Amino acid sequence: MQININVNGTDHSLDVEPRRLLVDAIRGDLGLRGTHIGCDTTSCGACTVLVDGTPIKSCTMFAVQADGSAVTTVEGLKGADGLSAVQQGFSAEHGLQCGFCTPGMMLVSTALLEENPDPSEDDIRWAISGNICRCTGYVNIVKAVQWAAAAARNGGEEG
Amino acid sequence: MQTTTHHQPTTSPEIGGVGHSIPRVEDARFVQGAGNYLDDVNLPGMLHMAILRSPVAHANLVSIDDSAAMALDGVLAVVTGELMAAHNLAWMPTLSGDTQAVLATDKVRYQGQEVACVIATDRYIAEDALRLIDVEYEELEPITNPQRSLEADAPLIRTDKEDVTDNVSFTWEAGDQAATDAAFANASKVVTLETHYPRSHPSPLETCGIVADVNPATGQATIYMTSQAPHAHRTLFALVAGLPEQNIRIISPDIGGGFGNKVPIYPGYVVATAASLLIGLPVKWVESRTENLISTGFGRDYYMTGSLALDDDGRILGLRTDLLADQGAFYSDAQPTKFRAGLFHIVTGSYDFAAAHVTAKGAFTNKAPGGVAYRCSFRVTEASYLIERLIQNAAYEIGMDPAEFRRINFIQPDQFPYTSPTGFIYDSGDYETAMQKAMDMVGYDEIRAEQAAAREEGRLVGIGMASFTEVVGAGPAHTYDIAGLKMFDSAELRVHPTGKAILKLGVKTQGQGHETTFAQIVAEELGIPATDIAVMHGDTDNTPYGLGTYASRSTPVGGGATAMVARKLRDKARKIAAHLLEASPEDLEWEPGKFSVAGSPDASVTIQDIAFAAYTNHPEDEEAGLEGVHYYNPPNMTYPFGTYIVVVDLDSDTGVWTVRRMVAVDDCGVRINPMIVDGQIHGGLTEGFAKANMQWITFDDDGNCIGSNFMDYLVPTAWETPRFELGETVTPSPHHPIGAKGVGESATVGSPAAFVNAVIDAVAHLGVRNIDMPVLPDRVWKAIQNA
Repeated sequence: MQININVNGTDHSLDVEPRRLLVDAIRGDLGLRGTHIGCDTTSCGACTVLVDGTPIKSCTMFAVQADGSAVTTVEGLKGADGLSAVQQGFSAEHGLQCGFCTPGMMLVSTALLEENPDPSEDDIRWAISGNICRCTGYVNIVKAVQWAAAAARNGGEEG
Repeated sequence: MQTTTHHQPTTSPEIGGVGHSIPRVEDARFVQGAGNYLDDVNLPGMLHMAILRSPVAHANLVSIDDSAAMALDGVLAVVTGELMAAHNLAWMPTLSGDTQAVLATDKVRYQGQEVACVIATDRYIAEDALRLIDVEYEELEPITNPQRSLEADAPLIRTDKEDVTDNVSFTWEAGDQAATDAAFANASKVVTLETHYPRSHPSPLETCGIVADVNPATGQATIYMTSQAPHAHRTLFALVAGLPEQNIRIISPDIGGGFGNKVPIYPGYVVATAASLLIGLPVKWVESRTENLISTGFGRDYYMTGSLALDDDGRILGLRTDLLADQGAFYSDAQPTKFRAGLFHIVTGSYDFAAAHVTAKGAFTNKAPGGVAYRCSFRVTEASYLIERLIQNAAYEIGMDPAEFRRINFIQPDQFPYTSPTGFIYDSGDYETAMQKAMDMVGYDEIRAEQAAAREEGRLVGIGMASFTEVVGAGPAHTYDIAGLKMFDSAELRVHPTGKAILKLGVKTQGQGHETTFAQIVAEELGIPATDIAVMHGDTDNTPYGLGTYASRSTPVGGGATAMVARKLRDKARKIAAHLLEASPEDLEWEPGKFSVAGSPDASVTIQDIAFAAYTNHPEDEEAGLEGVHYYNPPNMTYPFGTYIVVVDLDSDTGVWTVRRMVAVDDCGVRINPMIVDGQIHGGLTEGFAKANMQWITFDDDGNCIGSNFMDYLVPTAWETPRFELGETVTPSPHHPIGAKGVGESATVGSPAAFVNAVIDAVAHLGVRNIDMPVLPDRVWKAIQNA
């Protein structure tokens, strides 16, 4: 089937099997390897992308379902003036170790801060609770999101 | 060694040596989605493999019909055990001297065992083809626990072995039985605990995988693999597959977590490599999560009985333990050859007594093999759990507060180096200082008072403690090996003319941040800024030989090698500096980053000047260049320790317990990068909580794995994970070049007992002394009802 999707601001036209998963289209057809596969069962969130701004686990969505949508992957987080506040926060607060969950974590965090620029710790923990991290115990991921929220409030510089 | 509250850095922040929380260099690629994990490796013409696995736990393999699968467009091959046997590859050796089926030939011995592999042009096609393979099984009685396995009428699992008449995989003992019997004969009280440390799975977020690329023209095998030990794996590939070792290059790319899961060699690796060799194209295989959970290296599964002999004053006289290991269908524990139950005999823990005796037996069952050291130094976790649970029960028995009971039985600081009754030589420690710090942080006396008041009101509050000692950093080559390979490790350091450097390691990170911390060790020793040092690891063609990263050995062993090679270069730098300064080498003084003439501080040269001179103006009697390699054989293991305290509130109506406080004081010696150390502890505490609270793999009576995906195998999310409060003391290792000990696993080793002890403490006044992990609400509720 022919589908049209906009990924990170670029329009793509793809010919995909109806059963092809969105994550395989992103990784295989578009070569965007920052979106990871961790569980195949919608449990871990490593494959999280934003579809029209909403976090979606791309292992459980067919590529054809994204026809006509705008998709943001980790490769789309960096802006013209450098890394996003969320990306900077994850590094500043040591919010990642092996890095495998990090793209999904950063995308749900980005969506959270869009909706709620000043989240409480519970807000953050709830927002990222669909994403599993096996390394950090989430402590520094929470701090990373708080850092990004503070940076956004302060004009994008200091956490 | 003196214990302090904090290690003060000796280098400037610009140099960023030991003790500085510098940001990680790894982060730049990971936050941009630019890591290079195994599944990101794609080669021209690459084929994809999928594995057909047994749906039953124990059955004779009657027939395999792959004709329909072979007829599917895009399928190049269906590999069966028969085909592998024709190449003498149907079986492979395990890390514990057993053999394991690569693809089943005679029977299947666990659900999920590899039966056939499809090689196709696309993973979707390969998965389609699996459904077209028709396998006939003749089912046998599945053995789902080791107790049944050892009964006289149990069916024999290892019918592949000649002269084997039972299901015993190993027997082992350590310690002194006579001395221990005497201690128990003299005891005024004996406290016994029977408990099960359940089967768990490391389940790193990235599953295991391989891209095997054997060039048919040259015979060169380039193998990309999720490997925690690429050099050892290269040698094992050479020995198993008969490939010349110089033709094998293992590349372990970025690894999405390991935790012991990526230490063994799995059947899929062997088949993918054989398929690439036979077909002449690269073959990729990446596990699904279910494949990962049901077939690759699990951890734990020890049934443990422990008894402490006590005198009238509450002093421990001796310890006796007996273990029954559920080994799965093949004995494939990853552990040093000498020790059949890993380092379980560290079970005497932080306590000073004269006699201990450990007996252990392993039993084959119809479950996946494994026994990997899941975030643990070879069974230290089970040992630490047993002694710390026993200690609390013993304190109850003699009517003493568990903290006080620990205090009077601790090994004292002036007893180090301390030889344990099972033969470990503890390097340094100060257990009471760490415990007191944790008690102060949590407000121990106040919470004990609140607990008493709460009981009056009918509320249940529990306070649990664990004062663990770990043994990590395998290890001295005279004692420790994996499959015969001695457990040294290595570092190669090259300083370039401009004073920048590249460090190449035999160990391999899976997220621990080696590219940052190992640069900091060089910065400490040579004064070259850490940011000027690139760290390379994981590629066997470009790094010196090492045994890899597991069992918290990277800093104790690879870190030792790094410090020592840097010191070799500093010795040479001194000679070059003397040449440049026209002084005698003995007259030079070193400070981080430069040599100066004693008494004439203005007469100095920087390490960068020296590096340039090494290639442009070196002394005539010296070789040019500034590089070296060091193979470090540690004189001893290191012994990190700490005290963890957990406070829980328990709802007696539902059995649900919630963590109110979790205080963790760790002493891992000198901390190279405190930020990274704290991160390691956070992660380890979370895994300890997971095992205490929710995370286990079990089986039904037919041998079906319960826990084959993340909906049944519960790993904690941010919502369930408790908040942690960290503290530190610093007791350097006296034998490690920079005084560091390992830390990656301490929290997983030490914390399960603290969580479980807290729950037990909440209901101890009712007479409850044990609830097996995971301490699920229904188990708590039943324990209360039965009390």
